[in-house]
Amino acid sequence: MSALAFDVVVVGAGPAGSAAALVAARSGRRVLLIERGEYAGSKNVSGAALYAPQVLEALLPEFWHSAPVERHLTRRVISFVSPESSIAMDFHAANWDHPPYNGLTVLRPRFDRWLAEQAAAAGATFLPETVVDDLLRDGAGRVVGVHARRPEGDIEAAVVIAADGVNSFLAKKAGLRGELRPDEVSLGVKEVIALDRRTIEERFALTGDEGVTYEYVGSVTDAVKGGAFLYTNRESLSLGVIVQVASLTQVKVPAYELLERFKAHPSVAPLVRGGRLVEYSAHMVPEAGLAGVPKLCGDGILVTGDAAGLCFATGLYLEGMNFAIASGAAAGETAAAASAAGRVDAVELRAYQRRLERSFVLADFRRFRRAPAFAMSERLQNVYPGVMTALAEQALASRGQPRSKLLALARAELRRARVPAWRALRDLWRGGRAFGW
Amino acid sequence: MVMRTTLQEKLATVRFRPDPEPHIVVDGEVCRDCTVHACVYACPANLFSLLSDGSIVFSYEQCFECGTCYVACNREGAITWRYPAGGYGVSFRDA
Repeated sequence: MSALAFDVVVVGAGPAGSAAALVAARSGRRVLLIERGEYAGSKNVSGAALYAPQVLEALLPEFWHSAPVERHLTRRVISFVSPESSIAMDFHAANWDHPPYNGLTVLRPRFDRWLAEQAAAAGATFLPETVVDDLLRDGAGRVVGVHARRPEGDIEAAVVIAADGVNSFLAKKAGLRGELRPDEVSLGVKEVIALDRRTIEERFALTGDEGVTYEYVGSVTDAVKGGAFLYTNRESLSLGVIVQVASLTQVKVPAYELLERFKAHPSVAPLVRGGRLVEYSAHMVPEAGLAGVPKLCGDGILVTGDAAGLCFATGLYLEGMNFAIASGAAAGETAAAASAAGRVDAVELRAYQRRLERSFVLADFRRFRRAPAFAMSERLQNVYPGVMTALAEQALASRGQPRSKLLALARAELRRARVPAWRALRDLWRGGRAFGW
Repeated sequence: MVMRTTLQEKLATVRFRPDPEPHIVVDGEVCRDCTVHACVYACPANLFSLLSDGSIVFSYEQCFECGTCYVACNREGAITWRYPAGGYGVSFRDA
């Protein structure tokens, strides 16, 4: 073995990679965690809401005391939007303000940096500013390391963990996945807008470190398939639109223009009023659900987090970091055991997939396998939000005239939207199959 | 007051350290007769522009490294895309 040789080499220090490196290092393996950015988190973007904090707590007990977290999510608002109006489901649970919490908002450059430091503290060697271009293979084609873009960049590894994000060139090079299709991924564009703490708490009816997430579907992304979000941090808002790449290029509206329209919507503008733009960012999101999950292991290699399409974007649930951490930890555990046993072929590494099947990761992906396509369907995206707001407006309007009952109003609105009743019922059935039973 | 910002104002908030060597290469021969121009609408930094003669010009210095352009492009070989060298490119701070 050459000087640069490790039991486990993890490529990418996002939540999946850092969790993998932390777990593998704790079991005493020699671990290298490689990050192409200046620091962990410097290339990473999400909302960002970390749901199910107990997933990370299993690795780092009560991490919220020391980690850079923003607010505890106690309120969730899901809105269906037409150009002039919106109708929302607004859920508030005061008991979600206590550990282990249901979700926390974080700022990724700070949070990811902290998490990579925990992996280093557990014994992993952290190597930033290093981009990995290729895999090393032995004569039989098995993965035996990585090649970094630098002189003498070969690094040997018993097991490589590809945590290199949604674009995962390593998963492609390993033959575990094909090219991403424009209907499998979305583009997210986001702004962080500074607002003082007191304004946030008053404007969003929050107490102390409570936080809220708003999600929007409908005309807020024009005719482009996708949605918008607005999350509260301690002293800023994170907001953006996430739009399917195929749909974006069909409708031909740039995402940053959609972001402007979102901020200008009458239901949103008062929430961001008076804020100051701090940073704009963009990233792709794997949103194909189970259909977008590639082969998870090959000889000497595992794929995890966004690289494995393990972002749970179903419309109702929009979770990525907890899936990344859980899958990364399972990859780290599998790689550590396999490298210790000296058996790192695909058959041995399939223990990783079994771990994911037993956990919520693949269980949720299987149970909600119909949800991503349903959430992205044409009528749910571009017709029903308008029907719902119009129906609410008709039902709630006071005009000094005799009123109609709900069913008559609903039929009239569906007729206006040119949706036959049987089709609406069929969509309701499909929604039920996706989320209900 | 609506909090409108132009794309220029947005990009001015982001720290870029451009790789001296471009990490995106566009083959003008392949995209010469393209009528879709998906890259122009896909890029969140508006780095691809369509000229009146139908050709595409682009710059890479303010790239977010998201990959949307090459995923959206329907012409094989038109966009050659890799990550910038380690330590180069975009650095988000969220602050």
